[in-house]
Amino acid sequence: MEHAGIVHRCFRCGYCKFPGDYHDFNCPPHRVFGWDTYSCGGRMWLINAWLNQEIQPSQRFAEILFSCVACANCQEYCVYPFKDDLLAVFEETKTALVNGGLAPPAVRDYFKAIHVNGNPYKLPQEQRGRWAEGTGLEEFSGQEYLFYVGCVGSYDEIGMRMARSVGLMLKEAGYSIGYLGSRETCDGNEVKVLGETGLFSLLAEENIRKFREMGVKKVITLDPHALNVFRKEYPKLGADFQVWHFTEVLGQAVKQGRIVPSPYRVRVTYHDPCYLGRHNRIFKPPRSVLKRIPDLEVVEMRRSKEDSFCCGGGGGNFFTDILGGGEDSPNRVRIREAADTGAELLAVTCPTCAKMLTDALKAEDLQGRMEVVDLAEILRRAGVGC
Amino acid sequence: MDRILQSLIDIVGEKAVSNHAEEIWYYARDPGVMPPHEPDYVVAPRTTEEVQRIVQLANRERIPIVPMGNGMALTGLVIPLKGGIVLDMKRMDRILEVNERGRYVIVEGGTSQGKLKSYLEDHYPHLRHSIPDAPAATTIAANVAIHGQGRLTQQYGFNSDMVTGLEVVLPTGEVCRIGSCSMGPYWFSKGPTLPDLSGLFLGWLGTTGIITKVGIRLYPRKKMRDVEIFVTDRDDLVADIVYRVTHTEMVEDITVWFQPKPLMFKDNNHITIYLTGDTDEELEFKRLMIWDALREFIDSKDGGFMSVQPLKPMLLEMPQRGIAAFADVPKGGGFEYSGPITLVDQYPMYAEKVKQLASKYNVVYAGTARIISGGHAMMFGISFAFNRADPDMIDRVRRAVHEATEFALDLGGIPWKPNIHEQKLAMERMDPNTLRLMKMIKQNLDPQGIMNPGNWEVG
Repeated sequence: MEHAGIVHRCFRCGYCKFPGDYHDFNCPPHRVFGWDTYSCGGRMWLINAWLNQEIQPSQRFAEILFSCVACANCQEYCVYPFKDDLLAVFEETKTALVNGGLAPPAVRDYFKAIHVNGNPYKLPQEQRGRWAEGTGLEEFSGQEYLFYVGCVGSYDEIGMRMARSVGLMLKEAGYSIGYLGSRETCDGNEVKVLGETGLFSLLAEENIRKFREMGVKKVITLDPHALNVFRKEYPKLGADFQVWHFTEVLGQAVKQGRIVPSPYRVRVTYHDPCYLGRHNRIFKPPRSVLKRIPDLEVVEMRRSKEDSFCCGGGGGNFFTDILGGGEDSPNRVRIREAADTGAELLAVTCPTCAKMLTDALKAEDLQGRMEVVDLAEILRRAGVGC
Repeated sequence: MDRILQSLIDIVGEKAVSNHAEEIWYYARDPGVMPPHEPDYVVAPRTTEEVQRIVQLANRERIPIVPMGNGMALTGLVIPLKGGIVLDMKRMDRILEVNERGRYVIVEGGTSQGKLKSYLEDHYPHLRHSIPDAPAATTIAANVAIHGQGRLTQQYGFNSDMVTGLEVVLPTGEVCRIGSCSMGPYWFSKGPTLPDLSGLFLGWLGTTGIITKVGIRLYPRKKMRDVEIFVTDRDDLVADIVYRVTHTEMVEDITVWFQPKPLMFKDNNHITIYLTGDTDEELEFKRLMIWDALREFIDSKDGGFMSVQPLKPMLLEMPQRGIAAFADVPKGGGFEYSGPITLVDQYPMYAEKVKQLASKYNVVYAGTARIISGGHAMMFGISFAFNRADPDMIDRVRRAVHEATEFALDLGGIPWKPNIHEQKLAMERMDPNTLRLMKMIKQNLDPQGIMNPGNWEVG
């Protein structure tokens, strides 16, 4: 393990469990399971025990590790100088468990589906471009930007709706974009987080080769998870393309007057996705888009920006569901928090969050009070002049 | 399935009981230097009734039971020395009532310091509680149970002095209310004018009952808070400086600290003085009074105020996260301290002893004194950091802390949150009749000896 030397340095003080103002526990698995072992500090101590052979790897140990949603709240609030390496420690431990055949069945299934089908839904590659049908958007053929949609945006109904909405808004704003459709391959962010380094390398190298062959220089992602892995991991493997999340592009578009929103009287709260916010520090652009819409009122949730509470879908949990459901599940906790603001719309900028929070809206029976809507759709509802 | 496990599941549900190797390993230890000992079960109740039923079960089966907040006392007080059940209280974390005009709050036994701080800031911005500098995850109930201190201790005494009522599950399973709440709906007094029964639980380290609800006093939160640091290289002047500052009755909190690193702090005593006020004028007046009180030391060049601007964000933070960071000085994730309560006059002897011990045992030190109740006493924290991966260093720290406690008790101090060895040292020095009284109380309250056994065990 590359970071084995820091594991014993955790004091288990517990700052990693909280947001900045200590309002509530902000670590989703700790919130769900309740035990200290399921918090960042607990994991660090157990990993140390495992490295020292004081405990043996077990199903429970694997559950503790794989229930981490990689939301990075721990990295945000740990008081120690090694804070930035906490998620790397967890990843490396998961890699060891995967290599030792100790990954939970749901995780193994996830890897297998991606390895065999190229996506976790086990759906045909040909269906990847289905989201774009009827939009008039074109497949990539040398346009200035590649619009990379990712697995959730390609196959999940809510993700596909979001992909259409964002793709059309980018086009209306005058960006020259093309999508990959059946040529698109999973970006591998979750594969890496879940510790399958071999499969991740395959996916990343294939994407880099493909992008290079197609002459892709600039990428706009729908999914913050893809942004994260493209921006932080692909360059280590030789990628040389530039990448932005669509919120960054729309933020520039409204600033430059490429999009001029019309008045829209509505109360909106915004959910920061972990991979956009804490991981990549993109807090302002989505808010600047909302604030440029006349008459629209933005109300912040109790936990926002650096303190945002994960929807529970990160770290592969969207597919593996190790956190499980129930009233304490992170998406239901989060949707209640959103409803508490009195907002009519919950703005989302990640297809995983969109799906998780839409499901929670139904589970909490809040459909009559609030809608989960992506940022581009809010612009469309406002009506934009381009 | 194990019969006891099934009984526990029947009480709290499957998700709130564990005998998995991971929880057993984790809850066998705390972050200090005391050796671990495994529990048989870890249980996380949500209600007083569940706690009561667990205690009744433990009584029937004669199973040891150890209540735990966040386990940050560092002295092994939640290590189940004789196995049994560790009760992780953190799921009982509701804030039940704030009486704004009466300035008190009632919380459940697992409510964290951080949660209460945040709640008061949101809903009662004119009120605050005496938050300790322990991590925010530590709990209110555990803090008062060990006679913890906090930001308002200089003004109002130990945090346990601020208790306004308790709900306790006795070791025999009865639920008992202590104070004004035993007679009516209000939680304004833990004892007076009744017999003060809170003393049967506060300071007993969980050996006489489990606190399921606690009322504590709240205090005015002023609009402004500021800090000054008075520095002197003369240990012998510290008590006098503290005496003069406390005479002004103008300060919120006073801590005195010294440490060898970084070099700018070496060989100096730093008297950190916190001020609060509702207006600039109030704050400035208090500042002037303090400067005036210390004028003599400034004129004689024995001390002076240092520039605090760069340190302010850290110093004014509550709790101070930087304190936990001390554990990483030897890059090893641990620190341990002895925190005897003693007279401020004895500061020079303690300061000297800390440096001696650090040198003798070759460990990294920090010394901190927190002034209690206007200078009636101080908690003197003799802290040593250690590397968790270095067993020899851990052993040296253990011996240094033990020697520090012996030193403090020989000087007439009393131990704060003592580990089992320190408890023995204290009991060896205790008046035999006092000891007999403790034994009588313990035997009557806990006839089966199931509550946190090994602690405060009078032979």
